[in-house]
Amino acid sequence: MLTIKKKKTGRALKDAVEALSGVDLSVCYQCKKCSGGCPVATLTQSRPSEIMRQLHLGAGDELLASDLVWTCVSCETCSTRCPMGIDVAAVMDALRRLAIERGAPKPEGNVPLFNRAFLKTVETFGRSYEIGMITAYKLGTGKLMNDTEKFPAMLKKGKIALLPPRGGDRKTVKRIFKKIKERKGAKA
Amino acid sequence: MRYAYYPGCSAESTARDMNQSALAVARALGIDFEEPKGWTCCGATAGHQTDRLLSVALPAANLAKVQDMKLDMVVNCAACYNRMKVANHEIAARSEIRQGVRDALDRDYDGSVRVRHLLEVLLEDVGLPAINKSLKRSLNGLKVACYYGCLLVRPPGVVKFDDPENPKSLDRLVTMMGGQSLDWPCKVECCGGGLSLSRTDVVVNLTGSILDMAVQAGADCIAVSCPMCQSNLDLRQQDINKQFGKNYRMPVIYITQLLGLCLGFGPDELGFEKLMVPAANVLKKVEANGHE
Repeated sequence: MLTIKKKKTGRALKDAVEALSGVDLSVCYQCKKCSGGCPVATLTQSRPSEIMRQLHLGAGDELLASDLVWTCVSCETCSTRCPMGIDVAAVMDALRRLAIERGAPKPEGNVPLFNRAFLKTVETFGRSYEIGMITAYKLGTGKLMNDTEKFPAMLKKGKIALLPPRGGDRKTVKRIFKKIKERKGAKA
Repeated sequence: MRYAYYPGCSAESTARDMNQSALAVARALGIDFEEPKGWTCCGATAGHQTDRLLSVALPAANLAKVQDMKLDMVVNCAACYNRMKVANHEIAARSEIRQGVRDALDRDYDGSVRVRHLLEVLLEDVGLPAINKSLKRSLNGLKVACYYGCLLVRPPGVVKFDDPENPKSLDRLVTMMGGQSLDWPCKVECCGGGLSLSRTDVVVNLTGSILDMAVQAGADCIAVSCPMCQSNLDLRQQDINKQFGKNYRMPVIYITQLLGLCLGFGPDELGFEKLMVPAANVLKKVEANGHE
């Protein structure tokens, strides 16, 4: 249960989510179809329909710490089934981007670290590089031994590439990341 | 039939078997694939969870390359397919996104390259009758639970692939090959996607119930068309067994591997040895009835 405190940041969060997602939060009439179809709703404290309501009622940045924000698997079932055509998955994407920007606490499993590790290999090699990503992620979380028992079989089966990927147009990808960083810098 | 074929990053690592079998099937059916030179990552889930423009510009870099080739783009990975489609949609719908992409790529791209999934090419361009004529083996009544997952069918307004709640593309191929496609309720459930490493607990929960349902439906195997679904159901099966005290031995096979077998390729030409859960039951059933 999340207590909603009316304060200045509340309006700012709702506005920021609406601007980032292009969603009009006021059209949600709480039919809860999004929560009914959400594959992770039974594993989290918060549900998509509750997040929608809390945002609309003016919840502040404390909402960015809801466990659903980073447990959401981006399966898009909510957006597909919403009778009002609300892109609920876009709202979740907006909340994740804001959670990073506003320094929300690290979620279980540290998905933001995983995403950074993944994108760093893309920025470097033009394509994702699993060993590089997994190493960076494991070092970051300190859970070095998780899943290591699967490595020998995966290597033997060629399911994991030892060497970084080659042949990708690294120049264009580096340019994309550089431009995105410049835009963020200009906004901040 | 000539297309620009975008393999996606997993084709070079976890899903070599997906790529290998797709190329074999294409070869057998007279589909001509040309890789866009210097193709790069679509950004996947990490991209769209991080930044909207990044999530559009990364696919757009590839779409722009394909535009120069004057061909339709064919994608086999459901995640890449989804990101390409969303990028086209956003670029066409929002001028500020198109402008941002132009700035990031140093060239304009209008969102007009036609993006197709390999299944669409097989069903719409080649067609079931033509594929049927090329078959060398039958699935011989193999019971297949066809699993589509999320990214192939959602969001329906953007991907426009089959029916979002009860898709039939895989089922139609399985039936055509002489298999029995099962009626089961998990066709478009989520496997946990990119959370495999960061939230293994979530993935094991979701894939556990999908496997359970496939077993209850009496499946000999699950057929997939997405490398994340395959990996989460196959590679994580030992974790699922451990967590829930089960002893599942359910092969999770790419549809192109099944089709490749029926087109006369051997298992070693289709990457069957790369499956974590061996598909010996499937190979036995299919090869026993071979009519080469």
